[in-house]
Amino acid sequence: MSTYALELSNVTKSFGKTAIIRGVNLAVNKGERVAVIGPNGAGKSTLFNLISGRFEPTSGSIKLHGNEIIGQRPYEISRRGLARSFQITNIFSRLSVFENLRCAALFSSGQKYSFWKPLSKLTELNDRTEALMASLELKRRRDVPASLLTYSEQRALEVGLTIAGGGDVILLDEPTAGMSHSETDRFVHLIRKVTVGKTLLTVEHDMGVVFGLADRIAVLVYGEVIAFDTPDKVRADAKVKEAYLGAVLDAEGAHA
Amino acid sequence: MSNAAMKPLHFKPLNGVRIVVWSAFAVILLLLPVLARSNFAVTLLCLTGIAAIACMSYNMLLGQAGMLSFGHAVYTGLGAFVAIHAMNKIGGGWPIPMWMIPLVAGFAGLGFGALLGFVTTRKAGTPFSMITLGVGELVFAAALMFPEFFGGEAGINSNRTAGSGWMHGLGLNFGGQIQVYYLIAIYLFLCTAAMYAFTQTPLGRIANAVRDNAERAEFVGYDTRWVRYLIVMASSFFAGIAGGLTAINFEAATADLVHGTRSGGYLLFTFLGGVGFFFGPIIGAVLLIFSLVVLSELTKAWQLYVGIVFLIMVVFAPGGISSLLMLNLRRIKYGEWRKMRWPYAGMVFFGLIALWGFAAIVEMAYQAQVAAGSGSVVTVARIPMDASVLASWLIAAAVLLFGGICFEIWRRKFNKVWGEGEERIAEAIKKAEAAIV
Repeated sequence: MSTYALELSNVTKSFGKTAIIRGVNLAVNKGERVAVIGPNGAGKSTLFNLISGRFEPTSGSIKLHGNEIIGQRPYEISRRGLARSFQITNIFSRLSVFENLRCAALFSSGQKYSFWKPLSKLTELNDRTEALMASLELKRRRDVPASLLTYSEQRALEVGLTIAGGGDVILLDEPTAGMSHSETDRFVHLIRKVTVGKTLLTVEHDMGVVFGLADRIAVLVYGEVIAFDTPDKVRADAKVKEAYLGAVLDAEGAHA
Repeated sequence: MSNAAMKPLHFKPLNGVRIVVWSAFAVILLLLPVLARSNFAVTLLCLTGIAAIACMSYNMLLGQAGMLSFGHAVYTGLGAFVAIHAMNKIGGGWPIPMWMIPLVAGFAGLGFGALLGFVTTRKAGTPFSMITLGVGELVFAAALMFPEFFGGEAGINSNRTAGSGWMHGLGLNFGGQIQVYYLIAIYLFLCTAAMYAFTQTPLGRIANAVRDNAERAEFVGYDTRWVRYLIVMASSFFAGIAGGLTAINFEAATADLVHGTRSGGYLLFTFLGGVGFFFGPIIGAVLLIFSLVVLSELTKAWQLYVGIVFLIMVVFAPGGISSLLMLNLRRIKYGEWRKMRWPYAGMVFFGLIALWGFAAIVEMAYQAQVAAGSGSVVTVARIPMDASVLASWLIAAAVLLFGGICFEIWRRKFNKVWGEGEERIAEAIKKAEAAIV
């Protein structure tokens, strides 16, 4: 039997008496691109926080490549190959673009906590970091402190930090939030390019991005997955239409 | 675009600039006592060298890893106590040479770092600071509770000329202060090199990442608590070496070596020197010894001046003196410094006038309030001022006001010129970035 890249079973999360995630089941195949959509407050970001170890679920099971990861710290989960980005840019503000990306690749490159080798001697890592920086189109900003980048450059760096470590399950939390249409197009192209062959979960509000990028779509409403299927089937799903997508698509249609 | 820009860039670990800087550092350390001539000056150099190691080790915490410790003297001080006991063992026949004592103290520091750091590094940020404060108090209390190890109020004495070995036979017995100086200079050079090299390693860089954003560091695979713990141990090792050199230098260790006042001094002067650049703490150490030894001779109110300078720096130049230096170097690099000459000269000139007025007021107040027994006249920069005469106060206030207003006028000119230069530099940087494909 083949194991899923990521498998959530009956995951719940309550903050006090408020249940935010109410029994989520989700099984993502290896190499699949999944978009998680849903109205505001449905629990999308909370779900990512549970998977990446930022919060611990109240109950349920989360398996990464078949291994239970509940109760593990974020760094342990990261070492198992799951990497995530943040909705609110979360970078190493005083370090340069290059140093940001290199730090994100450092642990997985096998260096861990070493202090007996100069960074400059890590040729393979440095070349890989330069290449990643080029593919993120941040080359000309190489030595600029991350805090001085423009918003869209910071978003690109955010994704860069996420994929630099070579994790094979990537969680992107609203990667295109706050971007203009042209920036979004360019950025989706970039995400496609840098996540080839990886399992991708992304929270996204832009339906153009969702339908363009995802193999399957999970619709999260009030802490439950009400549909998880291919874009066409989700679009046609009566329950989804009723709960969420109908309204959104109508609104998009009205714009167009 | 040239091909060179297309290739991935590789850093050379020892490029020309670095060789020049490190050689210059070594030559300066070698020649300083020759230039100093007087014994007092050599004593000052010794203290400064030790303080430089201590402040740099402190900056591994504050500047590199963003850990605001209030208890760094715990590690320098305990290192000094272990050193003094080891020195006495050498006197009792232990076969290790005296020059190894700082290493012994370094490993003692490392051990205490491993022990106490295990507790302090459980938390980051403000809780970390609070725990270090508590541990510092605890160790100081222990220093008074265990006179067997700490020697009570009197402390413990030792003799650095003890021991044997072929180097001792050749006359290396630390009898004269100059030998102690060169021992300190060698340790300073090696520690500086080692601490600098550390900043260029994976752990050193991850410490920066944890400083900037501990949460994100966890999500790229790092246990930030473990990073903090390793950094505290590394820092304590070098702090211990500074303590060992202190023990050799004074041939004594007293409980005040672990006191919070000393920890506060490391914090304050490391900050003044600047935490953002590696060499900042060395500047801080020079200021520390200058204030502690020279300034305190010049005026009894020296702590007041230090406090005011600290306040001004925190508000106007939080990067410390090293950041001011680097900002000016950047100007020179872009050919923008010459335009700053006159504004600088004006600010310095009127700043000094204002400083005189301020110092006169402080000194007269001090004389009148604290030292009235020795008369009412104080000399401020060779000018006698009588605190019992109203005119003195008026003159001082007028000078302060005049100097202050003129300073402010020049400061505004300076800001204008500085801002214009900044715009031109920004343009130049943009152009250079656009040239990179």
